[in-house]
Amino acid sequence: MFRPSHFAAVVLFALFASVVFGITMRETPRRMLRYGIYCFVLFVGSAAALSWAMYFIAR
Amino acid sequence: MERSPLFGLPPVRYSQEGMATAQNNNAAARQGREQQSWLGFVYLPLIVGWLVPGAGHFLLRKWGRGALLSASIVGMFAVGIAMQGKLFSSAHEILDILGLAGDLGNGLLYVAAQLFGLGADQVRVTTADYGTRFIVVAGLLNVIAAVDAHNLRTGRKS
Repeated sequence: MFRPSHFAAVVLFALFASVVFGITMRETPRRMLRYGIYCFVLFVGSAAALSWAMYFIAR
Repeated sequence: MERSPLFGLPPVRYSQEGMATAQNNNAAARQGREQQSWLGFVYLPLIVGWLVPGAGHFLLRKWGRGALLSASIVGMFAVGIAMQGKLFSSAHEILDILGLAGDLGNGLLYVAAQLFGLGADQVRVTTADYGTRFIVVAGLLNVIAAVDAHNLRTGRKS
């Protein structure tokens, strides 16, 4: 059984979803790459930000 | 020197390549017909893309995009299965129906996983819950990819 850490699961999810979003939502390879990176950063960044927010709320 | 009938100027000589002449129009129509017959009917990339992730793009000879989509969707599904994610098989509640709809987006991957008894029947650990979401989202991403192949086929996207 594959048991990644929470952060590894977030990174894997963001990677796979960003590749599909980048290819399907933009037309030129350059814009696909830029949008894919943008989505990846937003996925990982928002997960990290929400995690810290929940950490401080729980204290 | 040859003179144009208009204003007595020399005639303008230019190439007709790419212009809407009868000859070029016939060649374009012939090429279009050949492409149409090769691609089959208009919903083929959508259906093939849904059944096999990335195959809709392969059918349209978009090799790079197809390979990346295939690797991402199959990879996400495989990670979900490896995390002992649950495969929805029957739907009694609304959340189960939505999960089943997402799982069905995986096409033949879902059928193969059911045939080989992959995935868990019940979620017991946290990572298995993540795995369940990975499988559902892989199906939804596959639907997006199949619709993208359809848009490429109809010319809505290049």
